[in-house]
Amino acid sequence: MSFIEKISPLQLDILKEIGNIGAGNAATSLSAILNRKIDMNVPTARIVSFDEMMEIAGGADHVVASVFLRIEGDVSGSMFFVLSLPVAQYLIREMAGDSAFSIESTPHAELALSCLQELGNILSGSYLSSLADFTQLNIFPSVPALSIDMVGATISYGLLELSQESDAVIVIDTVLVKDQLIGDSIDGHFFLLPDPEFFEIIFAALGLTADD
Amino acid sequence: MTELLKVEVVKVGIADMKIVKPPCSIRTSGLGSCVGVVVYDEKKAVAGLVHVMLPDSSLTKTGQINVAKFADTGVRELVQCLVKEGARIPFLKAKLAGGAQMFQFASGGDLMRIGPRNVEAVRKELAHLHIQIVSEDVGGNSGRTIEFNLKDCLLNIRTVNKGTKNI
Repeated sequence: MSFIEKISPLQLDILKEIGNIGAGNAATSLSAILNRKIDMNVPTARIVSFDEMMEIAGGADHVVASVFLRIEGDVSGSMFFVLSLPVAQYLIREMAGDSAFSIESTPHAELALSCLQELGNILSGSYLSSLADFTQLNIFPSVPALSIDMVGATISYGLLELSQESDAVIVIDTVLVKDQLIGDSIDGHFFLLPDPEFFEIIFAALGLTADD
Repeated sequence: MTELLKVEVVKVGIADMKIVKPPCSIRTSGLGSCVGVVVYDEKKAVAGLVHVMLPDSSLTKTGQINVAKFADTGVRELVQCLVKEGARIPFLKAKLAGGAQMFQFASGGDLMRIGPRNVEAVRKELAHLHIQIVSEDVGGNSGRTIEFNLKDCLLNIRTVNKGTKNI
């Protein structure tokens, strides 16, 4: 039996709470950076197939801006901060103070891309540091990498470790909701995709036994 | 009145495999480090596509495996399925696309270089089965969506910002 089938509803709830704490911190950071109110939805923790994972992120050939990093230290996994192109454009304009920046015209300016990468760095860092505080584990992010490309092409990298053991993934998904940002669409996702051994270590750190 | 023939596009997911006959075409979306392998018998009008994710089934850490996930088992299974549908091994040809490196990590481990390794493993397995690769579009750092049509045996490749091409 694969580790994913052994996950109990209580354990899924705990993973959801991890998303809640992590993304809550990240949303606060984003609010501070933009000086705007940023809310978030209640996170979900779900067991899905790889194809379902792509659908959650908008479909395998949907083009998005994603910041990807590996989680290292006591636990490992992959983390994505995924933005729709209009939201990425908005954030770059705000951060770089360049109201003429267009995400459609390529190649993109280096400054614009490093703004987005830095934003991903700050937000993922605040997500993970709250997780480290919560679990008392040593957790740190790798240097993040940025890609503006198809969802399938980017997220499949985050599934590689996992795919050696499983055909399903536990995704902890939190959606950032902007308050009168642009339009009324909801467009920022944090995806936490834990590697197989993540669970045992996290649950042990939180004092849960295998039977809980 | 001209009758509009509705051509269905058969979609292949990640670590998945399917076979088509005319008038259907076959597509897989968002290939990054994964490799899309099309194998077909033009005269018998049958084609298959496998979306390979990892190079070697020995990487698996569990007993049961999804054969379509790995280059070695996926290509082999694809050929067996094609033969069941009437394809003849000496007439099989292959086209492939994918195997990109989407991210550049300074401290990248083996899995970060998975794209080129997948391409290599697919080539090796096709060579082992004596199947000729007639065209390929591999490597680079862009995602690809590919679609193969038995009508002209062309593989259409779409990349973000780089347009489309047929190989």
